[in-house]
Amino acid sequence: MQVPKLVETRGLTKRYPGVLALNSVDFDLEPGEVHVLFGENGAGKSTLISMLAGANAPTEGTITLNGAPVRFTSVAEAQAKGIYTVFQEFSLIPTLTVAENIFLGWEPMRGPFVDHRAMRRRAREMFKDLGFEIDPTAITASLSRAQQQMVEITKAFHGDLSVLILDEPTASLTDREVDHLFGFIASLKARGVGIVYISHRIQEFQRIADRVTVLRDGAKIGTVAMCDTDEGALVEMMTGRAIAEIYPQIARQPGALLLTAKGLKTPGLSAADLEIRAGEVLGVAGLVGSGKSRLFRALMGLVPRQGGTVTLHGVDITHAPTRAIIKGGMYYLSPDRKAEGLDLAKSSNDNLAINLVMGGTGVSRSGFINWKAVQAKSEQIADHVELHDGYRAKRVSQLSGGNQQKVLFGKCFGQEAEIYVFDEPTVGVDMGTRSALYLLIKELAEAGKAVVLISSDLPEVLNLSHRMLVLAHGRISAELSGDDMVEDTVLKYFFDESGAKA
Amino acid sequence: MSEQTNKFGAGALFSRVFVKVGVLPFFLLGALVIFTALSSKFLTGQNLVNVARQSVYLVLVSMGQMLVLISGGFDLSVGTAIALTSVVSASAMVYFAGVFPDAIWLAILLGAFTGFGAALLVGLVNGIGVAYFDVSPFIMTLGVSSVGAGLALFLTGGVPVSGLPFAFGDTFGFGRFWGIPVPVIIALVCIVVMWVFMSRTRLGTQIYAVGGNIKAAHLSAINTKRTLLLAYMVCAFIASLTGLLLTARVESGEANLGGTIALESIAACVIAGVSLRGGIGRVENVVLGAFFIVLVQNGMNLAQVSSYMQMVLLGVLLILAVIFDQLRYRIIMNGR
Repeated sequence: MQVPKLVETRGLTKRYPGVLALNSVDFDLEPGEVHVLFGENGAGKSTLISMLAGANAPTEGTITLNGAPVRFTSVAEAQAKGIYTVFQEFSLIPTLTVAENIFLGWEPMRGPFVDHRAMRRRAREMFKDLGFEIDPTAITASLSRAQQQMVEITKAFHGDLSVLILDEPTASLTDREVDHLFGFIASLKARGVGIVYISHRIQEFQRIADRVTVLRDGAKIGTVAMCDTDEGALVEMMTGRAIAEIYPQIARQPGALLLTAKGLKTPGLSAADLEIRAGEVLGVAGLVGSGKSRLFRALMGLVPRQGGTVTLHGVDITHAPTRAIIKGGMYYLSPDRKAEGLDLAKSSNDNLAINLVMGGTGVSRSGFINWKAVQAKSEQIADHVELHDGYRAKRVSQLSGGNQQKVLFGKCFGQEAEIYVFDEPTVGVDMGTRSALYLLIKELAEAGKAVVLISSDLPEVLNLSHRMLVLAHGRISAELSGDDMVEDTVLKYFFDESGAKA
Repeated sequence: MSEQTNKFGAGALFSRVFVKVGVLPFFLLGALVIFTALSSKFLTGQNLVNVARQSVYLVLVSMGQMLVLISGGFDLSVGTAIALTSVVSASAMVYFAGVFPDAIWLAILLGAFTGFGAALLVGLVNGIGVAYFDVSPFIMTLGVSSVGAGLALFLTGGVPVSGLPFAFGDTFGFGRFWGIPVPVIIALVCIVVMWVFMSRTRLGTQIYAVGGNIKAAHLSAINTKRTLLLAYMVCAFIASLTGLLLTARVESGEANLGGTIALESIAACVIAGVSLRGGIGRVENVVLGAFFIVLVQNGMNLAQVSSYMQMVLLGVLLILAVIFDQLRYRIIMNGR
């Protein structure tokens, strides 16, 4: 007789209005196994786990737990059955102490009162078991993201844990912390806990994965044992095409020096020097928290500047307000299209119009607007970024991440600029849209504009840029070009800032 | 999706109108039906002209309120701006009328400007607090409205300022041009100016952009602080204009003018589909929304609903409008 799987799904499907988020996926998990879910943003990984975790109900299909069909209506119900999920977005309450967070909803009681002493003691014991060095009496908001992640994981250890789902758990961890987490995962495996691990960092998960299931556009592409596959094969499964097809060749014609920063200082960053030239793509790489985005936000005046000098076209812009810098010819594309990029309740055309109006299109000298001219131009831009006709009048909130990103890119064609700073331009975007966006970058650079490409996606930076800056721990650890721009060299500078001299 | 549209034709039409213009058409229809049934005098030309004349003041204030709501805040101090304008301009007019007894229009003009100045100060303080010190609009305008109301009472000792030049009330309170009451003409001019401002000028577009997503606006080279400041100043200015018209109507400077107008103007805007989250709202709808509120008050008067019950109903109406606004926003953001 066959032993039932720990968790098994059959034909699991989730349909949202107009979108098939998950298309008939079969997935299974054995006890004591690490099963990685691999795929791009929007491939359906999060949808799949949200149903396993009880946060979402499937449209069709079944979930069985130890051979018995289950139907969760809430996350609490799934937790009662031993399925615990650590979501990317933390469920911690920042104003409470660590111990209070861990025992939220399970507070040890003494009579009618919460027994805070027992709570702290048990939290301390749990941290000791797990090998985490965290003070249970600290206010949660004062912890680093990595520590908060650990608290989140510790919360899972109530009751009878049989399945642990981790959604991108290493996104904000340092190397040492990742080692720690992996050691901890190994000990869970030994206790027979099944682990679903979502990640898109192959180098990382190949150390712990037993099997990998690849998802693309909501469908399952396949499940392979980690020992039978390698990075290239997985990427091809994920994207459906070979790497060479994705990245265009960008011709380099270095032109005039447009921007110089000397000794630019901002809180959390050591003094930085950099130059931006016309006609080339400057890549900027570094881990999360290395300061790569912060450096350019300081250039744009979005975070306080504490010293140094920045000149744009020979004009000192060190203390200029953001709008003056934009008018001076530097455009910044925000990494967070929802919070600071788009007006979600408006149509794509309305969003594009703001930049056109600010850039002077269709505006008379007295400040009146000729909407026909603005409309015509925004249609042109939408054509340019290949935004489908049917999406242009729709509210941006209703578009997919990829199409939202196209609108965000479109905004930068509304205001004339010489320097385009793209901060994480392809975050949460599918492969098809990605290559379309890369072609826009190519076009800008080859038209003699300067492009700065800040990205956490290392292959993207390596394949598109002509010259690159690597940041580590708040300082520029290396400036690379030509043959030095290979993954191993870059990774060395990610972690080791003294490597600059080695 | 398309199946549903076919199945519930009427329902689909209902929700399409709802998403497009909000809850106002349904409220308006309901009010017309109910009050026509309750009073035979309601649906007469005479009464509707009367409502139009009475609604001038709320229409004006609501347009200012709309500006601030679209910018992402709200202004609870419009009533105070009205009271302060009334008291200050009346006192100034009486004073200047004594100084220039032969140039009564000069006295009126100087008095009006003094009133505008006082209200603009209210708007300036609101704007500076909200835009430059990031005080929440709720606290800022609530605080300012207390300060303003206190000052208005202090300046007059709580006694109405009387003895205004006769020409002031005669022209701006009761005067007619080509048979149209002067306040109506002023309101019509303001409506046209506001409509052009919001839909045809760069500044109007910037107010929409700031309310829609202030960070995105900042990254589009918009001076967000100045835009916010402007919204509060214009709102106070329009409230001030309303204060002058009301002063002319009652022919005295009164510190208790505009007592309920903050609530009424917010209700008018929300019913007219102005989003409390900012970024969304149209002048023509707000005019209709303010008209609707006055229409309901008029209908209740004719139906002999007591003024205490009227307060209850107005509050209920506002809450209902906000609930429908939430529903509408949800539909807008998720699609159907």
